[in-house]
Amino acid sequence: MLKVAVVRFPGSNCDFDTLHSAQRAGTDAYFVWHRETDLKGADAVLLPGGFSYGDYLRSGAIARFSPIMPAVQRFAQAGGPVLGICNGFQILCEAALLPGALMRNARLSFVSRPVGLRVEQTDTAFTNRYTRGDLLRMPVAHGEGRFAADEATLRTIEGEGRVVVRYVELDGSPLKGAAINGSLNDIAGICNAEGNVVGLMPHPDRASDPAIGNMDGAAFFTSMLSWSPAKAAR
Amino acid sequence: MHYKVHVRIVPRAGLLDPQGQAVEHALGALGFGEASGVRVGKAIELSIDARSPDDARSRARAMCDKLLANPVTEDYLVEVEG
Repeated sequence: MLKVAVVRFPGSNCDFDTLHSAQRAGTDAYFVWHRETDLKGADAVLLPGGFSYGDYLRSGAIARFSPIMPAVQRFAQAGGPVLGICNGFQILCEAALLPGALMRNARLSFVSRPVGLRVEQTDTAFTNRYTRGDLLRMPVAHGEGRFAADEATLRTIEGEGRVVVRYVELDGSPLKGAAINGSLNDIAGICNAEGNVVGLMPHPDRASDPAIGNMDGAAFFTSMLSWSPAKAAR
Repeated sequence: MHYKVHVRIVPRAGLLDPQGQAVEHALGALGFGEASGVRVGKAIELSIDARSPDDARSRARAMCDKLLANPVTEDYLVEVEG
């Protein structure tokens, strides 16, 4: 059974949703506290959403230096699958495991609502069970989700096909204006060059149980089971 | 020797600063239409135990590079008192 570590920080609040989603996908998922220093033989690592350290200084800035993070860094750099959801995405950017940064939403408001997403990249540890172009519906809940990067970084991300999911309207049409958070190129989630590290602001963990009427996010968790890093460039 | 250090962190020029825009808009509405280019950042005060002001400054810059500022989105200024 695939062993999946869900890392909890003080202020994580999607830890149980994430654990549940991973277990539902058929994995042996368990919590790892941020003060621990090893991942207990994990085959995949999930950083859940929430407000670690109260978002003090910047979202994810302090969590990124938690005692568990060197183990997460080593795991990611060795090709292990790492998924950051919402605050987890912010932590991965702060830790430079993913490029760019998540800034205050363009309209300052906290957005909490379902959004449309288009799957752009399926050659990753967490999206290989989707088909490119799939339209998904998932909730977002964040105040700092505006993806920002310098021009060269953005060119690299786009050029290498590293945008994993992009915001669209719920009907699949292109997003009108900065309706969600003002992210560059409507970027909702990205991956590293190898596809083993993925971060996104929307919540697949809140869209992967029939009890809540939405299974669109479930394949993020089942994809872990079928990931084998491809040698070929994307 | 302890040096009082002021760190000023501002959003990098050219990046959208919605807080600055909102504050500028509010200032305009309050009759301060002469205000423009508002940017909202952070001010951090700290005391650094160092051998010299230059030493304190270089330690403060290292703190900014590592934690206090995000190199992707923010610039910083360090001032050492005395």
